[in-house]
Amino acid sequence: MAETYLEIRNLYKTFSAKNGSVEALKGVSLSIGKGEIFGVIGLSGAGKSTLVRCMNLLERPDSGDVLLNGESLLALNKEQLRLRRQKIGMIFQHFNLLEQQTVLENVCFPLEIRGIPKKERREKALALLEKVGLAEKAKAYPSQLSGGQKQRVAIARVLANEPDILLCDEATSALDPETTQTILRLLKTIRDSLGITIVVITHEMRVIQQVATRVAVLDGGSVQEEGSVVEIFDHPKSRAAKRLLLIADEEEESYAG
Amino acid sequence: MPSLGIEVLFKGTNFLRLLGGLWVAVRISLISVAISIVLGIAVGMLMTAKRKLLKAVFRIYLEIVRIMPQMVLLFVVYFGTTRVFGWNLNAETAAILVFSFWGTTEMGDLVRGALQSIPAIQHESAQALGMNPLQVYVSVILPQTVRRIIPLSINLITRMVKTTSLVVMIGIVEVLKVAQQIIEANRRVAPNAAFGVFAVVFLLYFLICWPISRLAGYLEKRWS
Repeated sequence: MAETYLEIRNLYKTFSAKNGSVEALKGVSLSIGKGEIFGVIGLSGAGKSTLVRCMNLLERPDSGDVLLNGESLLALNKEQLRLRRQKIGMIFQHFNLLEQQTVLENVCFPLEIRGIPKKERREKALALLEKVGLAEKAKAYPSQLSGGQKQRVAIARVLANEPDILLCDEATSALDPETTQTILRLLKTIRDSLGITIVVITHEMRVIQQVATRVAVLDGGSVQEEGSVVEIFDHPKSRAAKRLLLIADEEEESYAG
Repeated sequence: MPSLGIEVLFKGTNFLRLLGGLWVAVRISLISVAISIVLGIAVGMLMTAKRKLLKAVFRIYLEIVRIMPQMVLLFVVYFGTTRVFGWNLNAETAAILVFSFWGTTEMGDLVRGALQSIPAIQHESAQALGMNPLQVYVSVILPQTVRRIIPLSINLITRMVKTTSLVVMIGIVEVLKVAQQIIEANRRVAPNAAFGVFAVVFLLYFLICWPISRLAGYLEKRWS
Protein backbone atom coordinates (compact mmCIF):
# COMPACT_ATOMS: atom_id res chain seq x y z
CA MET A 1 0.00 0.00 0.00
CA ALA A 2 1.14 3.51 -0.82
CA GLU A 3 1.25 6.18 1.88
CA THR A 4 -1.99 6.50 3.84
CA TYR A 5 -4.33 9.20 2.59
CA LEU A 6 -7.51 8.64 4.56
CA GLU A 7 -7.32 7.29 8.05
CA ILE A 8 -10.36 6.33 10.08
CA ARG A 9 -9.61 5.88 13.75
CA ASN A 10 -11.89 3.96 16.04
CA LEU A 11 -15.20 5.54 14.98
CA TYR A 12 -18.30 5.14 17.11
CA LYS A 13 -21.71 6.43 16.20
CA THR A 14 -25.03 5.76 17.87
CA PHE A 15 -28.39 7.00 16.63
CA SER A 16 -31.20 7.39 19.07
CA ALA A 17 -34.54 6.37 17.63
CA LYS A 18 -38.00 6.19 19.17
CA ASN A 19 -37.65 2.53 20.07
CA GLY A 20 -34.19 2.49 21.57
CA SER A 21 -30.87 3.43 20.07
CA VAL A 22 -28.99 1.95 17.14
CA GLU A 23 -25.26 1.52 17.24
CA ALA A 24 -24.34 2.17 13.63
CA LEU A 25 -20.57 2.13 14.08
CA LYS A 26 -18.73 0.27 16.81
CA GLY A 27 -15.08 1.13 16.64
CA VAL A 28 -14.28 1.19 12.94
CA SER A 29 -10.68 1.81 11.91
CA LEU A 30 -9.38 1.87 8.34
CA SER A 31 -6.36 3.09 6.44
CA ILE A 32 -6.81 3.94 2.81
CA GLY A 33 -3.79 4.59 0.62
CA LYS A 34 -3.26 7.48 -1.75
CA GLY A 35 -4.56 6.75 -5.24
CA GLU A 36 -6.08 3.50 -4.10
CA ILE A 37 -9.58 2.28 -4.94
CA PHE A 38 -10.84 0.96 -1.66
CA GLY A 39 -14.09 -0.97 -1.28
CA VAL A 40 -16.37 -1.12 1.73
CA ILE A 41 -18.94 -3.87 1.46
CA GLY A 42 -21.79 -4.85 3.71
CA LEU A 43 -25.46 -5.69 3.67
CA SER A 44 -28.02 -3.01 4.44
CA GLY A 45 -27.83 -1.99 8.06
CA ALA A 46 -24.15 -2.88 8.30
CA GLY A 47 -23.27 0.78 8.88
CA LYS A 48 -21.63 1.56 5.55
CA SER A 49 -23.73 4.63 4.81
CA THR A 50 -22.94 6.04 8.23
CA LEU A 51 -19.27 5.23 7.72
CA VAL A 52 -19.06 7.04 4.39
CA ARG A 53 -20.98 10.01 5.81
CA CYS A 54 -18.44 10.22 8.57
CA MET A 55 -15.68 10.48 5.96
CA ASN A 56 -16.80 13.99 5.04
CA LEU A 57 -18.56 14.68 8.33
CA LEU A 58 -22.06 14.85 6.91
CA GLU A 59 -22.45 12.71 9.99
CA ARG A 60 -20.39 13.53 13.07
CA PRO A 61 -19.06 10.47 14.87
CA ASP A 62 -19.59 10.26 18.63
CA SER A 63 -15.93 9.43 19.08
CA GLY A 64 -12.90 8.56 17.00
CA ASP A 65 -11.19 10.62 14.35
CA VAL A 66 -11.11 11.08 10.58
CA LEU A 67 -7.74 12.11 9.16
CA LEU A 68 -7.29 13.24 5.58
CA ASN A 69 -3.67 13.51 4.58
CA GLY A 70 -2.80 13.55 8.25
CA GLU A 71 -5.18 16.40 9.04
CA SER A 72 -8.12 15.80 11.39
CA LEU A 73 -11.48 16.81 9.93
CA LEU A 74 -12.99 16.98 13.39
CA ALA A 75 -10.54 19.71 14.36
CA LEU A 76 -11.77 22.02 11.59
CA ASN A 77 -14.26 24.79 12.19
CA LYS A 78 -17.40 25.10 10.07
CA GLU A 79 -15.91 27.30 7.38
CA GLN A 80 -12.69 25.28 7.13
CA LEU A 81 -14.75 22.09 6.89
CA ARG A 82 -16.89 23.59 4.13
CA LEU A 83 -13.80 24.45 2.11
CA ARG A 84 -12.22 21.08 2.82
CA ARG A 85 -15.38 19.34 1.64
CA GLN A 86 -14.97 20.86 -1.80
CA LYS A 87 -11.95 18.60 -2.14
CA ILE A 88 -13.84 15.54 -0.91
CA GLY A 89 -16.08 14.54 -3.78
CA MET A 90 -19.14 12.43 -3.16
CA ILE A 91 -21.53 10.71 -5.53
CA PHE A 92 -24.81 9.09 -4.59
CA GLN A 93 -27.14 6.28 -5.52
CA HIS A 94 -29.77 8.65 -6.89
CA PHE A 95 -27.34 11.12 -8.45
CA ASN A 96 -29.00 14.22 -6.91
CA LEU A 97 -28.70 16.44 -9.94
CA LEU A 98 -30.60 19.70 -10.15
CA GLU A 99 -33.53 18.59 -12.29
CA GLN A 100 -34.50 22.05 -13.49
CA GLN A 101 -31.03 22.81 -14.85
CA THR A 102 -29.27 21.49 -17.91
CA VAL A 103 -26.39 19.04 -17.77
CA LEU A 104 -23.93 21.85 -18.41
CA GLU A 105 -25.43 24.04 -15.69
CA ASN A 106 -25.26 21.15 -13.26
CA VAL A 107 -21.54 20.75 -13.88
CA CYS A 108 -21.02 24.52 -13.71
CA PHE A 109 -22.86 24.66 -10.39
CA PRO A 110 -20.00 23.94 -7.96
CA LEU A 111 -17.79 26.32 -9.94
CA GLU A 112 -20.42 29.02 -9.65
CA ILE A 113 -20.52 28.45 -5.90
CA ARG A 114 -16.78 28.99 -5.83
CA GLY A 115 -17.20 32.24 -7.74
CA ILE A 116 -15.38 31.26 -10.90
CA PRO A 117 -16.19 33.56 -13.88
CA LYS A 118 -18.81 32.38 -16.30
CA LYS A 119 -16.65 31.86 -19.35
CA GLU A 120 -14.05 29.92 -17.45
CA ARG A 121 -16.55 27.63 -15.76
CA ARG A 122 -18.27 26.87 -19.06
CA GLU A 123 -14.99 25.84 -20.63
CA LYS A 124 -14.08 23.73 -17.65
CA ALA A 125 -17.49 22.09 -17.47
CA LEU A 126 -17.42 21.24 -21.16
CA ALA A 127 -14.00 19.67 -20.79
CA LEU A 128 -15.28 17.57 -17.89
CA LEU A 129 -18.32 16.46 -19.85
CA GLU A 130 -15.93 15.47 -22.61
CA LYS A 131 -13.98 13.43 -20.09
CA VAL A 132 -17.06 11.49 -18.95
CA GLY A 133 -18.21 11.06 -22.55
CA LEU A 134 -21.30 13.25 -22.41
CA ALA A 135 -20.27 16.39 -24.27
CA GLU A 136 -23.12 16.05 -26.74
CA LYS A 137 -25.68 16.07 -23.90
CA ALA A 138 -24.57 19.42 -22.49
CA LYS A 139 -27.87 21.11 -23.28
CA ALA A 140 -30.11 18.21 -22.21
CA TYR A 141 -32.00 18.10 -18.92
CA PRO A 142 -31.40 15.28 -16.42
CA SER A 143 -34.91 13.90 -17.05
CA GLN A 144 -33.85 13.18 -20.64
CA LEU A 145 -30.90 11.03 -19.57
CA SER A 146 -30.55 7.38 -18.57
CA GLY A 147 -29.40 6.44 -15.08
CA GLY A 148 -25.86 5.78 -16.24
CA GLN A 149 -25.70 9.12 -18.01
CA LYS A 150 -27.00 10.91 -14.92
CA GLN A 151 -24.26 9.33 -12.83
CA ARG A 152 -21.70 10.50 -15.40
CA VAL A 153 -23.01 14.04 -15.01
CA ALA A 154 -22.75 13.68 -11.24
CA ILE A 155 -19.16 12.50 -11.66
CA ALA A 156 -18.33 15.44 -13.94
CA ARG A 157 -19.91 17.78 -11.41
CA VAL A 158 -17.91 16.37 -8.53
CA LEU A 159 -14.67 16.56 -10.55
CA ALA A 160 -15.29 20.25 -11.17
CA ASN A 161 -14.07 20.89 -7.63
CA GLU A 162 -10.84 18.95 -8.37
CA PRO A 163 -11.26 16.65 -5.38
CA ASP A 164 -8.37 14.58 -4.11
CA ILE A 165 -10.70 11.88 -2.83
CA LEU A 166 -13.98 10.59 -4.20
CA LEU A 167 -16.57 8.86 -2.02
CA CYS A 168 -19.07 6.70 -3.89
CA ASP A 169 -22.12 5.87 -1.79
CA GLU A 170 -23.88 2.97 -3.56
CA ALA A 171 -23.19 4.90 -6.74
CA THR A 172 -24.05 2.00 -9.03
CA SER A 173 -26.85 0.42 -7.02
CA ALA A 174 -29.61 2.02 -9.09
CA LEU A 175 -28.01 0.91 -12.36
CA ASP A 176 -28.20 -2.28 -14.41
CA PRO A 177 -25.14 -4.58 -14.50
CA GLU A 178 -23.90 -3.34 -17.86
CA THR A 179 -24.18 0.34 -16.97
CA THR A 180 -22.56 -0.44 -13.64
CA GLN A 181 -19.53 -1.78 -15.53
CA THR A 182 -19.17 1.34 -17.64
CA ILE A 183 -19.39 3.58 -14.58
CA LEU A 184 -16.80 1.47 -12.75
CA ARG A 185 -14.51 1.65 -15.76
CA LEU A 186 -14.93 5.42 -15.74
CA LEU A 187 -13.97 5.52 -12.06
CA LYS A 188 -10.82 3.55 -12.83
CA THR A 189 -9.91 5.88 -15.69
CA ILE A 190 -10.37 8.85 -13.39
CA ARG A 191 -8.14 7.31 -10.75
CA ASP A 192 -5.48 6.52 -13.34
CA SER A 193 -5.52 9.95 -14.95
CA LEU A 194 -5.98 12.13 -11.88
CA GLY A 195 -4.45 9.95 -9.21
CA ILE A 196 -7.28 10.56 -6.77
CA THR A 197 -8.24 8.17 -3.99
CA ILE A 198 -11.61 6.48 -4.41
CA VAL A 199 -13.75 4.85 -1.73
CA VAL A 200 -16.52 2.63 -3.07
CA ILE A 201 -19.37 1.73 -0.73
CA THR A 202 -21.57 -1.07 -2.00
CA HIS A 203 -23.55 -4.17 -1.13
CA GLU A 204 -22.52 -5.93 -4.33
CA MET A 205 -19.47 -8.18 -4.50
CA ARG A 206 -19.39 -7.74 -8.27
CA VAL A 207 -18.64 -4.05 -7.87
CA ILE A 208 -15.79 -4.69 -5.45
CA GLN A 209 -14.36 -7.41 -7.66
CA GLN A 210 -14.33 -5.18 -10.66
CA VAL A 211 -12.95 -1.97 -9.29
CA ALA A 212 -11.31 -2.26 -5.88
CA THR A 213 -7.84 -3.40 -4.91
CA ARG A 214 -8.52 -3.69 -1.21
CA VAL A 215 -11.77 -4.18 0.66
CA ALA A 216 -13.21 -4.03 4.15
CA VAL A 217 -16.20 -6.19 5.03
CA LEU A 218 -18.54 -4.35 7.36
CA ASP A 219 -21.17 -6.06 9.46
CA GLY A 220 -23.05 -4.99 12.54
CA GLY A 221 -21.14 -1.72 12.68
CA SER A 222 -17.64 -3.13 12.74
CA VAL A 223 -15.03 -4.33 10.27
CA GLN A 224 -15.16 -8.13 10.09
CA GLU A 225 -12.36 -8.58 7.64
CA GLU A 226 -10.01 -6.43 5.65
CA GLY A 227 -7.51 -7.24 2.93
CA SER A 228 -6.83 -7.50 -0.77
CA VAL A 229 -9.85 -8.27 -2.91
CA VAL A 230 -8.22 -11.40 -4.32
CA GLU A 231 -7.48 -12.72 -0.85
CA ILE A 232 -11.01 -12.20 0.45
CA PHE A 233 -12.57 -13.70 -2.65
CA ASP A 234 -10.37 -16.77 -2.48
CA HIS A 235 -10.18 -17.29 1.26
CA PRO A 236 -12.97 -15.49 3.09
CA LYS A 237 -12.47 -15.89 6.82
CA SER A 238 -15.38 -14.04 8.40
CA ARG A 239 -18.98 -15.19 8.30
CA ALA A 240 -20.06 -11.89 6.82
CA ALA A 241 -17.63 -12.23 3.88
CA LYS A 242 -18.73 -15.80 3.23
CA ARG A 243 -22.37 -14.75 3.25
CA LEU A 244 -21.73 -11.90 0.81
CA LEU A 245 -19.90 -14.27 -1.53
CA LEU A 246 -22.75 -16.73 -1.33
CA ILE A 247 -25.23 -14.01 -2.29
CA ALA A 248 -23.00 -13.02 -5.19
CA ASP A 249 -22.86 -16.64 -6.37
CA GLU A 250 -26.62 -16.99 -6.22
CA GLU A 251 -27.03 -13.85 -8.26
CA GLU A 252 -24.52 -15.12 -10.76
CA GLU A 253 -26.49 -18.31 -11.15
CA SER A 254 -29.78 -16.55 -11.54
CA TYR A 255 -28.27 -14.47 -14.33
CA ALA A 256 -26.91 -17.55 -16.00
CA GLY A 257 -30.17 -19.44 -15.56
CA MET B 1 -88.23 33.05 -23.28
CA PRO B 2 -88.64 35.27 -20.20
CA SER B 3 -86.42 38.31 -19.86
CA LEU B 4 -83.24 37.62 -17.91
CA GLY B 5 -83.00 41.20 -16.83
CA ILE B 6 -79.48 41.63 -18.09
CA GLU B 7 -80.55 44.79 -19.89
CA VAL B 8 -80.47 46.72 -16.58
CA LEU B 9 -76.72 46.53 -16.70
CA PHE B 10 -76.72 48.69 -19.81
CA LYS B 11 -78.70 51.46 -18.17
CA GLY B 12 -76.68 54.49 -17.23
CA THR B 13 -73.35 53.60 -15.65
CA ASN B 14 -74.58 50.37 -14.10
CA PHE B 15 -72.04 48.11 -15.76
CA LEU B 16 -69.19 50.42 -14.89
CA ARG B 17 -70.38 50.45 -11.29
CA LEU B 18 -70.37 46.68 -11.32
CA LEU B 19 -66.82 46.65 -12.62
CA GLY B 20 -65.91 49.19 -9.95
CA GLY B 21 -67.29 46.78 -7.37
CA LEU B 22 -65.29 43.98 -8.92
CA TRP B 23 -62.15 46.05 -8.58
CA VAL B 24 -62.81 46.47 -4.86
CA ALA B 25 -63.03 42.68 -4.50
CA VAL B 26 -59.92 42.13 -6.61
CA ARG B 27 -57.99 44.82 -4.75
CA ILE B 28 -58.75 43.24 -1.38
CA SER B 29 -57.70 39.82 -2.71
CA LEU B 30 -54.53 41.05 -4.38
CA ILE B 31 -53.28 42.88 -1.32
CA SER B 32 -54.16 39.95 0.96
CA VAL B 33 -52.54 37.45 -1.39
CA ALA B 34 -49.34 39.49 -1.61
CA ILE B 35 -49.12 39.78 2.18
CA SER B 36 -49.95 36.09 2.61
CA ILE B 37 -47.23 34.95 0.23
CA VAL B 38 -44.49 36.97 1.87
CA LEU B 39 -45.49 36.20 5.45
CA GLY B 40 -46.46 32.64 4.54
CA ILE B 41 -42.97 31.83 3.26
CA ALA B 42 -41.48 33.14 6.49
CA VAL B 43 -44.00 31.24 8.61
CA GLY B 44 -43.43 28.07 6.59
CA MET B 45 -39.68 28.30 7.15
CA LEU B 46 -40.23 28.85 10.87
CA MET B 47 -42.58 25.86 10.99
CA THR B 48 -39.77 23.58 9.83
CA ALA B 49 -37.54 24.83 12.64
CA LYS B 50 -36.71 22.32 15.32
CA ARG B 51 -38.03 24.43 18.21
CA LYS B 52 -40.98 22.67 19.76
CA LEU B 53 -42.62 25.78 21.24
CA LEU B 54 -42.51 27.62 17.92
CA LYS B 55 -44.02 24.61 16.19
CA ALA B 56 -46.82 24.36 18.73
CA VAL B 57 -47.68 28.05 18.39
CA PHE B 58 -47.99 27.80 14.62
CA ARG B 59 -49.90 24.55 14.89
CA ILE B 60 -52.51 26.23 17.08
CA TYR B 61 -52.62 29.25 14.78
CA LEU B 62 -53.26 26.97 11.80
CA GLU B 63 -55.97 25.03 13.58
CA ILE B 64 -57.78 28.18 14.68
CA VAL B 65 -57.80 29.56 11.17
CA ARG B 66 -58.95 26.25 9.69
CA ILE B 67 -61.76 25.73 12.16
CA MET B 68 -63.05 29.31 12.25
CA PRO B 69 -65.32 30.30 9.35
CA GLN B 70 -63.86 33.32 7.59
CA MET B 71 -67.09 35.23 8.15
CA VAL B 72 -66.89 34.80 11.90
CA LEU B 73 -63.31 35.99 11.74
CA LEU B 74 -64.43 39.06 9.81
CA PHE B 75 -67.10 39.80 12.40
CA VAL B 76 -64.71 39.33 15.29
CA VAL B 77 -62.19 41.72 13.78
CA TYR B 78 -64.55 44.34 12.36
CA PHE B 79 -67.34 44.45 14.94
CA GLY B 80 -65.57 42.89 17.91
CA THR B 81 -62.06 44.23 18.17
CA THR B 82 -63.08 47.77 17.20
CA ARG B 83 -65.37 47.84 20.23
CA VAL B 84 -63.08 46.18 22.68
CA PHE B 85 -59.90 48.01 21.75
CA GLY B 86 -61.64 51.16 20.61
CA TRP B 87 -59.61 51.50 17.46
CA ASN B 88 -60.89 52.81 14.22
CA LEU B 89 -60.67 50.17 11.55
CA ASN B 90 -62.25 50.69 8.17
CA ALA B 91 -63.98 47.69 6.66
CA GLU B 92 -61.48 47.18 3.88
CA THR B 93 -58.54 47.15 6.26
CA ALA B 94 -60.38 44.68 8.47
CA ALA B 95 -61.01 42.47 5.45
CA ILE B 96 -57.36 42.59 4.39
CA LEU B 97 -56.29 41.77 7.94
CA VAL B 98 -58.58 38.76 8.10
CA PHE B 99 -57.70 37.45 4.67
CA SER B 100 -53.99 37.87 5.28
CA PHE B 101 -54.31 36.16 8.65
CA TRP B 102 -55.97 33.25 6.92
CA GLY B 103 -53.76 33.23 3.82
CA THR B 104 -50.52 33.45 5.80
CA THR B 105 -51.18 30.32 7.77
CA GLU B 106 -52.44 28.32 4.79
CA MET B 107 -49.50 29.48 2.71
CA GLY B 108 -47.18 28.75 5.62
CA ASP B 109 -48.48 25.21 5.81
CA LEU B 110 -47.94 24.74 2.06
CA VAL B 111 -44.38 26.04 2.34
CA ARG B 112 -43.72 23.81 5.36
CA GLY B 113 -45.01 20.76 3.50
CA ALA B 114 -42.94 21.55 0.43
CA LEU B 115 -39.77 22.19 2.44
CA GLN B 116 -40.17 18.95 4.33
CA SER B 117 -40.84 16.99 1.15
CA ILE B 118 -37.33 17.84 -0.10
CA PRO B 119 -35.32 14.71 0.78
CA ALA B 120 -32.52 15.10 3.32
CA ILE B 121 -30.11 13.78 0.71
CA GLN B 122 -30.57 17.04 -1.22
CA HIS B 123 -29.16 18.93 1.75
CA GLU B 124 -26.39 16.36 2.10
CA SER B 125 -25.28 16.35 -1.50
CA ALA B 126 -25.22 20.14 -1.54
CA GLN B 127 -23.14 20.15 1.63
CA ALA B 128 -20.85 17.54 0.16
CA LEU B 129 -20.15 19.97 -2.69
CA GLY B 130 -18.88 22.38 -0.07
CA MET B 131 -21.78 24.81 0.02
CA ASN B 132 -22.62 26.90 3.07
CA PRO B 133 -26.11 26.67 4.61
CA LEU B 134 -27.33 29.85 2.89
CA GLN B 135 -26.14 28.63 -0.52
CA VAL B 136 -27.80 25.27 0.08
CA TYR B 137 -31.07 27.01 0.87
CA VAL B 138 -31.01 29.55 -1.93
CA SER B 139 -29.57 27.42 -4.75
CA VAL B 140 -30.86 23.95 -3.99
CA ILE B 141 -33.78 23.84 -1.59
CA LEU B 142 -35.79 26.97 -2.47
CA PRO B 143 -35.93 26.41 -6.26
CA GLN B 144 -37.33 22.94 -5.67
CA THR B 145 -39.74 24.22 -3.05
CA VAL B 146 -41.07 26.98 -5.27
CA ARG B 147 -41.92 24.51 -7.99
CA ARG B 148 -43.88 22.46 -5.52
CA ILE B 149 -45.81 25.31 -3.95
CA ILE B 150 -46.77 27.37 -6.99
CA PRO B 151 -49.57 25.07 -8.20
CA LEU B 152 -50.87 24.68 -4.64
CA SER B 153 -50.66 28.35 -3.79
CA ILE B 154 -52.52 29.29 -6.96
CA ASN B 155 -55.34 27.14 -5.71
CA LEU B 156 -55.24 29.08 -2.46
CA ILE B 157 -55.30 32.38 -4.35
CA THR B 158 -58.46 31.47 -6.26
CA ARG B 159 -60.07 30.41 -3.00
CA MET B 160 -59.17 33.76 -1.49
CA VAL B 161 -60.57 35.68 -4.45
CA LYS B 162 -63.83 33.76 -4.18
CA THR B 163 -64.10 34.24 -0.46
CA THR B 164 -63.80 38.02 -0.69
CA SER B 165 -67.51 38.00 -1.56
CA LEU B 166 -68.05 37.64 2.20
CA VAL B 167 -66.91 41.20 2.83
CA VAL B 168 -70.39 42.31 1.85
CA MET B 169 -71.32 41.28 5.35
CA ILE B 170 -69.20 44.00 6.93
CA GLY B 171 -70.61 46.63 4.62
CA ILE B 172 -68.02 46.82 1.89
CA VAL B 173 -69.58 47.76 -1.41
CA GLU B 174 -67.95 45.28 -3.72
CA VAL B 175 -69.22 43.57 -6.85
CA LEU B 176 -71.91 41.53 -5.11
CA LYS B 177 -73.25 44.52 -3.21
CA VAL B 178 -73.32 46.69 -6.34
CA ALA B 179 -75.18 43.92 -8.15
CA GLN B 180 -77.71 43.83 -5.33
CA GLN B 181 -78.16 47.62 -5.48
CA ILE B 182 -78.72 47.51 -9.22
CA ILE B 183 -81.28 44.74 -8.85
CA GLU B 184 -83.10 46.54 -6.06
CA ALA B 185 -83.25 49.81 -7.96
CA ASN B 186 -84.83 48.11 -10.95
CA ARG B 187 -87.13 45.73 -9.15
CA ARG B 188 -90.21 47.15 -10.80
CA VAL B 189 -88.99 47.52 -14.37
CA ALA B 190 -86.92 44.34 -14.46
CA PRO B 191 -88.13 41.84 -11.85
CA ASN B 192 -85.97 39.11 -13.31
CA ALA B 193 -82.73 41.09 -13.00
CA ALA B 194 -81.65 39.02 -9.98
CA PHE B 195 -80.95 36.16 -12.32
CA GLY B 196 -79.23 38.09 -15.09
CA VAL B 197 -77.14 40.36 -12.91
CA PHE B 198 -75.96 37.68 -10.51
CA ALA B 199 -75.17 35.49 -13.50
CA VAL B 200 -72.96 38.28 -14.80
CA VAL B 201 -71.28 38.50 -11.38
CA PHE B 202 -70.66 34.77 -11.55
CA LEU B 203 -69.17 35.23 -15.00
CA LEU B 204 -66.90 38.04 -13.76
CA TYR B 205 -65.57 35.85 -10.93
CA PHE B 206 -65.09 33.09 -13.43
CA LEU B 207 -63.12 35.38 -15.75
CA ILE B 208 -60.79 36.24 -12.89
CA CYS B 209 -60.33 32.80 -11.34
CA TRP B 210 -60.28 30.66 -14.45
CA PRO B 211 -57.04 32.05 -15.95
CA ILE B 212 -55.40 31.70 -12.53
CA SER B 213 -56.38 28.07 -12.20
CA ARG B 214 -55.39 27.39 -15.82
CA LEU B 215 -51.98 28.80 -14.99
CA ALA B 216 -51.73 26.30 -12.12
CA GLY B 217 -52.56 23.46 -14.49
CA TYR B 218 -50.05 24.68 -17.03
CA LEU B 219 -47.23 25.01 -14.49
CA GLU B 220 -48.01 21.60 -13.03
CA LYS B 221 -47.74 20.01 -16.44
CA ARG B 222 -44.61 21.89 -17.41
CA TRP B 223 -42.77 21.03 -14.23
CA SER B 224 -43.80 17.43 -13.76
